[in-house]
Amino acid sequence: MIIDLLGYGAFFLSTALIYGLITLGLNLQWGMTGLFNVGIAGFVAIGAYASAILTTPDAPDRIGGFGWPIVLGWLAAALVTAAAAAFTGYATLRLKSDYLAITTFGVAVVVQLVALNAQGLTGGPFGVAFIPRPFAAVQSDPVLFNFANLGVIALVTLGVYLALERLSRSPWGRVLRALREDERAAIALGKSAQSYRIQAFAVGGAVMGLAGAVQAHFIGFIAPDNYLPTLTFQVWAMLMVGGSGSNRGAVLGAIVVWAIWVGSGTLTAAVVPGDWQARASSLRIVSIGVMLCLILLWRPQGFFGRRKAG
Amino acid sequence: MSLQFLLDGLISGAMIGLGAIGVTLTYSILRFSNFAHGDFMAWGAYAALAVVGVLGGSTPMAPLSFGVPLLAALVVAMALTALLALVLDWLLFARLRARGQSIIVVMASFGASMALRNLLEFIFTSRPAYFSRAIQMAVPLGFGIRITADQVALLALTLALVTGMHLFMQRSQRGREMRAYSQNPALAQVVGIDVASVVRATWVIGAALACASGVMVGTLVQIRPLMGLDLLLPIFAAAILGGIGSVPGAVLGGLIIGLSGSAAVQFVGAEWRSAVAFVILMAVLLVRPMGLFGVAER
Amino acid sequence: MNVLQVKGLVAGYEPGLSIVKGATIHADEGEIVVILGPNGAGKSSLIKAIAGLVPITAGQVLLDGRDITAVPAHLKIRHSLAFVPQTENIFPLMTVEENLRVAAGVLPRTEVAPRMAEMFQMFPDLAVQRGLMAGSLSGGQRQMLAVARALIVHPRVLMLDEPSAGLSPKLVTQVFARLKEFREQGLTIILVEQNARAALAIGDRAYVLVEGREAHEGPAATLWDNPLIAELYLGQRSAR
Repeated sequence: MIIDLLGYGAFFLSTALIYGLITLGLNLQWGMTGLFNVGIAGFVAIGAYASAILTTPDAPDRIGGFGWPIVLGWLAAALVTAAAAAFTGYATLRLKSDYLAITTFGVAVVVQLVALNAQGLTGGPFGVAFIPRPFAAVQSDPVLFNFANLGVIALVTLGVYLALERLSRSPWGRVLRALREDERAAIALGKSAQSYRIQAFAVGGAVMGLAGAVQAHFIGFIAPDNYLPTLTFQVWAMLMVGGSGSNRGAVLGAIVVWAIWVGSGTLTAAVVPGDWQARASSLRIVSIGVMLCLILLWRPQGFFGRRKAG
Repeated sequence: MSLQFLLDGLISGAMIGLGAIGVTLTYSILRFSNFAHGDFMAWGAYAALAVVGVLGGSTPMAPLSFGVPLLAALVVAMALTALLALVLDWLLFARLRARGQSIIVVMASFGASMALRNLLEFIFTSRPAYFSRAIQMAVPLGFGIRITADQVALLALTLALVTGMHLFMQRSQRGREMRAYSQNPALAQVVGIDVASVVRATWVIGAALACASGVMVGTLVQIRPLMGLDLLLPIFAAAILGGIGSVPGAVLGGLIIGLSGSAAVQFVGAEWRSAVAFVILMAVLLVRPMGLFGVAER
Repeated sequence: MNVLQVKGLVAGYEPGLSIVKGATIHADEGEIVVILGPNGAGKSSLIKAIAGLVPITAGQVLLDGRDITAVPAHLKIRHSLAFVPQTENIFPLMTVEENLRVAAGVLPRTEVAPRMAEMFQMFPDLAVQRGLMAGSLSGGQRQMLAVARALIVHPRVLMLDEPSAGLSPKLVTQVFARLKEFREQGLTIILVEQNARAALAIGDRAYVLVEGREAHEGPAATLWDNPLIAELYLGQRSAR
């Protein structure tokens, strides 16, 4: 029993930390730079599929299956997602911020479409299976397996967290914050301001892609359904609860919101009768949406942020 | 080759165009892209469905699949959707707008969109609903095009709404005030224009047209909680393609997106329809971000 | 009698950061009051505050003895106070006629058409260009349109923020000549100007604003005689 709980605890924390990673990426884009990304699910999916395609064993019915080592897959995931984000930024960041929002929304729609329909690349609705999992050798011992995974995920999160903290204190980070304060000044600064923001958006995208890859290898199987707008929405809720602008807040917000999400899910599963389950889960999303709006109205700085953010 | 895709494109273009008018007005007057606009369409369609349910069935006006109840429901639903938009503005958007950061308002609209959509799923479940299940006779027009009476009626309705909108914006005092405010909010106040009534008019018009578009989709296709979300990208693309702030531009943009979409269905494959809006959006942003009828941002 | 009275006005965009710091001015019926002062003295902010566009934190604005301090910007025109901003003072994507019509919305419905006709009589150039986009007008014509737009609702007081900016000397003379005509008809005009010479030539009285407060007041014609004023605030500008 205790062992089961421990194993579950490790599993829960691993999932939460992966969300924490995505939220860290969003915090760089939004919290630090003020770039609004409504297509988080799309960028996470790009990373997940990139790594999955590169690392899975050869599959006859689709492109890919290159059997690369996991670490290389993760690196490639970060790079590919960064490139996608950089292009999105390039196309929109010289314009008003709303255009970026609309375009990222479109990216998520199109990625979902490709994932569903480009069967030869993504496996279509059935997704990609047999994604190599780290520590597959100890899979028979769930506790050890879960903790080993948690260790790796925690290390990656810590690494990204420290790197982002460093970046935000660097001159580069200071420029980003200055640009965030004044959109008009940023437009007036022209090319160089635009390039800073593209860089920030790309690095944030890389973190999201990495998170997608880590999650894909943690679960071992991905499908288009994992990357619906709800994901984007959850990550936003995590950042807003945590307090945008703070990396610490991003990770803490992710853990708290994921706990609420899983907890309310377990509760409804136990309490709500079977034919009302779908409706109850809709109501869960409604309440998160309302919560997001309430935070925007009454506590825009979040709950764990150190700085006051607008 | 059948030219049916032209008619299909025209019809989906009409739906997109009606939605895009609201988006373009919200953007140019309230200065934010409203991600909840698609959900106004869905709420409008469900509101009409509910009203039809209350009014009860009656014999359809042959050869149409619907009768007076749906038309009455459309009017009531347009009013209800407008009310929804006004309440949402009062509760949420107006308060955030007062703080002056437009992108926060965008985020709020995103949160509101998620809540609104799932509230619909909660109330009506995600099962599709229909105004009528009757099969309609399609009349051949030549070149392989077949058209149903419903399609004719709804295209005519769109034409009437768009023309009415255009005349309202050009000829009425409120329309002039809305245009003036979108060009220069500070000067609009100096001239004596009441911002609050301009804002109200914007929400009412945008939401009512979104509702009309939603009822069209509901009559010709089906009603689902996700119907608004699915049309959101084409609507944004149409508004940007037409030039933000331009009502005729939004309609023309909608027609172009709709026709391109159905051409993609014909020549590439139905599953890629939604990608067309994105491709056009990217092309516009890269080549001519002000759109067809837009002016460079001040 | 005093048509407009401004008493101890304090105003600024941000709390604690006032630009207008206790200005007291007045204007009588049929008078052109010129407001001069060095850059950053708060001339523009003063009339914007009176127009309701800059938040007022203290002081009073009275029009015909009625307190209009708290009247929101869009209702100021209904209290007979018209304002012509320095830049962007027309709607560029609307025709000349539409620019006037949108402003005429304040009038009772039946008065709109006759008043439009009157304005076109007063400004024959605008009548010729009534169908043109206002954005395509020349600088002088735009300024005339902005003035016509402000006058269409019969204001008691017309405030102008640097109407001469960007105009050629010949056009400045023309615009100012029109202002003089309107004064003859009893209109009270408050003119904020950098172009001191031209403004004082048509003005009746003048204020010199320094650091958000009036530092000197006197008849426009004799303002130059005060050597201190001429040297301190107008010296370099009078050469223009």
